[in-house]
Amino acid sequence: MTSQTSSSQRGLPGLISQFGRVPPALLALILAVILFFAGGLLNPNFVNANQAVNIIRLAAFLGIIAAGQTLVIISGNEGIDLSVGGIVTLAAILIYRISDGNDGLLLPALGVALLAGTLIGVINGLGIIAINIPPLVMTLGMTGVIQGAILVVTQGELVGDTPPLLAQVIAAPGPLGIPGVVIVWVVLGLLMWLLLERTTYGKQLFAIGVNRRTARLSGVHVPQVVIATYALSGMLAAFGGFVLLGFTQTVFLNLGGPYLFPSIAAVVVGGTLLAGGKGGYFGTMSGALVLTLIESLLRAAQLQEAYQLMVFGVILLALLTIYGRQRNLRQ
Amino acid sequence: MQADRTTRMTGREDTGVKPLTILRRSLSQYPFLFALLLLVIALAVNYALQDNLFELRTLNRNLRGFLPSIILAVGQTLVIIGGGVDLSVGAIVSMVNAILVTLITAESSPEQVGLAILIGCGAGVLAGMVNGFCVAYLRLQPIVTTYATSFVFSGLALLILPRPGGAIPEFLEDLYRSTPGDIPFAVYMIGLVVIVWWLLRSSRFGQYLFATGGKAEAAYTTGVPVNRIRMTSYVLCGLFAALAALAYTTLTSSGNPRSGDDLTLPSVVAVVLGGTRLSGGQGGVVGTIFGVIILGVFRNIISFANIDSWWQTLVNALIIIAALAGPGVVTALRGRNRS
Repeated sequence: MTSQTSSSQRGLPGLISQFGRVPPALLALILAVILFFAGGLLNPNFVNANQAVNIIRLAAFLGIIAAGQTLVIISGNEGIDLSVGGIVTLAAILIYRISDGNDGLLLPALGVALLAGTLIGVINGLGIIAINIPPLVMTLGMTGVIQGAILVVTQGELVGDTPPLLAQVIAAPGPLGIPGVVIVWVVLGLLMWLLLERTTYGKQLFAIGVNRRTARLSGVHVPQVVIATYALSGMLAAFGGFVLLGFTQTVFLNLGGPYLFPSIAAVVVGGTLLAGGKGGYFGTMSGALVLTLIESLLRAAQLQEAYQLMVFGVILLALLTIYGRQRNLRQ
Repeated sequence: MQADRTTRMTGREDTGVKPLTILRRSLSQYPFLFALLLLVIALAVNYALQDNLFELRTLNRNLRGFLPSIILAVGQTLVIIGGGVDLSVGAIVSMVNAILVTLITAESSPEQVGLAILIGCGAGVLAGMVNGFCVAYLRLQPIVTTYATSFVFSGLALLILPRPGGAIPEFLEDLYRSTPGDIPFAVYMIGLVVIVWWLLRSSRFGQYLFATGGKAEAAYTTGVPVNRIRMTSYVLCGLFAALAALAYTTLTSSGNPRSGDDLTLPSVVAVVLGGTRLSGGQGGVVGTIFGVIILGVFRNIISFANIDSWWQTLVNALIIIAALAGPGVVTALRGRNRS
């Protein structure tokens, strides 16, 4: 569609398509800022620096957990990772148990957790590529396996402790009062940008997301890229569990579950296409901010839970209408 | 892509047919065959562990327990064949369950119950219309859209019925547990669903549904009203979810605003187990019904096999993954034979 025809459109559809030319990540970010100040209307105490830092901190957990999800969704072919919630929980439990509150054991424990997450991702990738199981059910089944394995090993007793160092790095205010997790998140954002935009892997990932056949014909080893993507997703989810443990400082069996679908929503709200081949991590970061803000706003508005759920659903739908739209068949 | 290549190869290899080739070929022709095979094996194992499995009482108890999930997964199948997916079905069950127990009391007359059921089905249809409108006309992506609407329906369920409770008249419970002609009531309902599916499949809507799910652009250019078909698939799914809620309500004789929470994802798994492709355009309801029963029988097996309770979740998940992997393993093995 040329710029002339779309700029001549009038009314709401025209307005929406005008919106459509702002980069999704930027739009979501602008929206987040507007929402934040809108919070002041609901509750004057909502707008202050502490609250802003707090929201960014909460968004960081979702954003980090959604990093791997972004890669998997970009890889296309119905790519989706429903095992991230399980991996988050598993990683947190592993670190809790192995380190047992011992600062010296924190890094080895993190290593084990990252390895476990990567391994689960590799199995996901193999099931999807070699045995042709649809990603949605493969990763869903894997969640069951992870939960089952946790139950078998722990027998329901979650013993261990959080190393004080982890809690300090993640939760306590660091330089300029910025919590460590936010710094970690920003660094991760830069690394993700480098990975997607400046490496061969990134180029190949977008290529297989657009069209696996053409990617294969132009020399991309599709199975390797797909397996690597799920492996990365597993590893990043495990890292998410590490970070989350620093915040909660305790573990429970459904620690990561509540982040699963929000991680997908954050990716989509940030403008990454579920069909694959298009998107980026900055969008996901903004998406995580927007979703966290909406939740905080609804909580600040002190609505009844039933209304909170409904308003959240409607706002999410409205956000999707701006960016989650698919191509018109008529074009 | 992989599948394309394999079918082309099978076409050329007519001489010296190996058993695996036959299996592979019939699997691609009748995707529910694998589910049927799996069901027979699962039932045999279950029977070995529980020798009263095929007695009427056990059969009735099992089937009436499976019925809500079966009806729900049938609706899910329609949407998936049409190229979508509906992650709000569980929330619709919660909502309609809440509506039903609010309108029905233990003393309700059959007329009042009938009216409540009509209202409940109406709510399911409306919910399906919201989903269908967003997916077909606003062109939103099905997974996230129905995830978003599920919040709306869950919120409504909580609003209507803040706390679990309620009761239903005895005649409704008795009907649901009845065995007319020594056949469980649920069997009649499953039969009815299958007949409806056969009628749907051979109707113009059915043909259009497969075309829409297979290749929406091609269907559109050949004059299939793609948007209307998508919309209809979600409306039907909403209706089936409402009927599933009705079955659930009569099964449990009570209401719970979160009753459907854990029903959504298993409905998708059952559809895939039944041989319907998540990418759309292929599959059927009979396989899905097998899929739900397989999942239920797996649970039976685990509880009768005296597996340590800490191991049950893991064993269940591993069996499900193995079952999902089955058709793919057959393909992979064949691929290796060829080379």
